[in-house]
This record gives sequence, structure tokens and C-alpha cells, in this order.
Amino acid sequence: MSVRVQDAAFDAGAELNAFSTGDGVGAIVSFTGIVRDTDGTLAAMEIEHYPGMTERAIQAIVDDAMTRWALQDALVIHRFGRLNAGAPIMMVATKSAHRADAFAAADFLMDYLKSRAPFWKKETTADGSTWVAAKDADEDALNRW
Amino acid sequence: MNVMYFAWVRERIGVPFEDVQTTAATVSELVEELSAREDRYAAAFADVSALRVALDQELADFDAPLAGVREVAFFPPMTGG
Repeated sequence: MSVRVQDAAFDAGAELNAFSTGDGVGAIVSFTGIVRDTDGTLAAMEIEHYPGMTERAIQAIVDDAMTRWALQDALVIHRFGRLNAGAPIMMVATKSAHRADAFAAADFLMDYLKSRAPFWKKETTADGSTWVAAKDADEDALNRW
Repeated sequence: MNVMYFAWVRERIGVPFEDVQTTAATVSELVEELSAREDRYAAAFADVSALRVALDQELADFDAPLAGVREVAFFPPMTGG
């Protein structure tokens, strides 16, 4: 298992290739989140986090996923700091013998990372900066599990 | 104890963390105590339903006891991913 919280950029393709090895691997699922510029006005996205708690919270979510599904490995990378539109923010990858476990675990990891990992996004446009509000739908999504 | 603030809570209060001497027994009592101090705290804590709290880096409830806690953090609902 690997959990990385970093300000540095990462290469999602290279990470995925490095992750996709090992004996008995049958299925890899990955998700990469990108800074989205919905209406072409985003100057930057600032991601704040809670050093220490962030790593602990993500590790707890990954540990939970490992007990719920037959995973061989899991990878979580999440950036913080100032990011530009189009830049990868985070990625999740899961490795299993079969796709059902890999898909479900990746979905679970994303739902929990959204609402239980201490990150906060702030969007800056020409009009100023605003904190991104959490969505009720994101909180509700946790009830699926 | 060390009290930390993140995102707009940090901006409203004006500092990322501070040492707070308190006899508050619960998180809610600490919120009341801070809110009575200065307007900037009262503004940040006006609607605690919009806030989350962590005690020693674990999510907790506002009625949780503070005995033995070294670090309290207040922040808005998280927006990771």
C-alpha cells in the first residue's frame, strides 16, 4: 500500500505502469482527478490540507478498503498547494485478481477521500477566490458502503 | 492545548493555530468560550452545523470531551478528491 500527500506534480501514466506489476495480478483500476475549469475562468486552484491528519485519514480509508475487498495493493496520491487547470490533483489505483473487487474498492476510496480526507479546495478566478463547498450528494454517497 | 483552523475558518479567525488555555469540558464549551472572546471567533463559529471538528487528528462530535486532548482542529466539510 502506498499513500502519498505531496505538493509536487506526478505522472499518472508512469505511476500506473509502476503499480501494474506483481504475481497473480488480474485487474487494475485507476482514477485520476484533474483540476477542472468549468467555464474557462479558473486562474488557479489552491488545495489546503491538515498535515498529519491527512496521511492518517487516508491510511485508515485504505486499510478499510483492504479489509472489505480482496485487494493485492492500493495506491493513493493527493496533491496540495497551488494547481493550474488541467493538472492532475490526485489518483487512486487498486490491484486485485478480479475486476469486481478492484472497481468497487476504487469507487469506495474516491467516495471517502472526497468527504473524509482533510483537504479544502479554493478556486481563484478574475472575480476573486471562493472556497469550494462540500456537496450533500458527496456525503450521501458514503451511505452506499 | 493547540487549536488549529483550516480553510475559511482560518481566514475568518485570522491565524492558522494558537495555544489556548481553557477549562472547557467539551468542544461545544470551547466554542462558546472562544465566541465570547472576540467577534472574529463568533463569526467563524456562528453556525457550527457548517463546521467539523477533529480531536488529536480524529474526527469527533461537538459534544466530545476535551480531557487529555492536545490538539483541536476546526474546519468546514472536507472537499478532497
